[in-house]
Amino acid sequence: MARVLLFGPLRDLAGWRERTFDPAPATLSALRSVLASLDAALGEAIDGKGVQVAVDKALVRGDVALSPGCEIAFLPPMSGG
Amino acid sequence: MIRLQTEPFEPGALLAQFSAGRSETGAVVSFTGLARGEAGSVERLELEACPGFTDAEIARFADEASLRFNLHDVLIVHRTGQIAPGEAIVFVATASVHRREAFEAADYLMDYLKSRAPFWKKQHGRDGAAWIEPTDRDHDDLKRWSTTP
Repeated sequence: MARVLLFGPLRDLAGWRERTFDPAPATLSALRSVLASLDAALGEAIDGKGVQVAVDKALVRGDVALSPGCEIAFLPPMSGG
Repeated sequence: MIRLQTEPFEPGALLAQFSAGRSETGAVVSFTGLARGEAGSVERLELEACPGFTDAEIARFADEASLRFNLHDVLIVHRTGQIAPGEAIVFVATASVHRREAFEAADYLMDYLKSRAPFWKKQHGRDGAAWIEPTDRDHDDLKRWSTTP
């Protein structure tokens, strides 16, 4: 199982904030494909400029392996406080 | 210490608590940011954080500021969730031996919080709702610190 979190405008675009995927996709790129097949606009948005990804609260770059139980957060450009 | 909370806070109480029991600190500076109503056009702000990530990123930056300005202590309290105009949204307090470091560190931390801290801010008003991005001024404010203080 993997838990996916969307923040800011991504949450509005998708219409959900949190969703679980069971079983967890093996990699981040596999998860991106799953999300794009469910919602093409979301798939495009999470590949967009300035969108960062945190796996288990740590930023990652490029493709990474996902372990069962992990949490993947898609973080659009930040607004500041 | 970094604290994110949905409940309103009382800046005076935070300052009193932060200042208490210090015998070697010569300066405490605090800043309170309030949500603006923009002449009635903003009904509320909605501020979203990623718990566990947002607080860790702010803590990392606060640690860096503590070293840079030789601080004795830092407190950052930031609201998340729904915030009404006039309510306090952020509180920053810094403590140091002399005033200059405490003033500069509070200024520096606020420039960071306004432009780079991982929050997503939505403004709800009479013309609908919109996500807000940092202004050019916020970015320029942060750039002031790229040279050594």
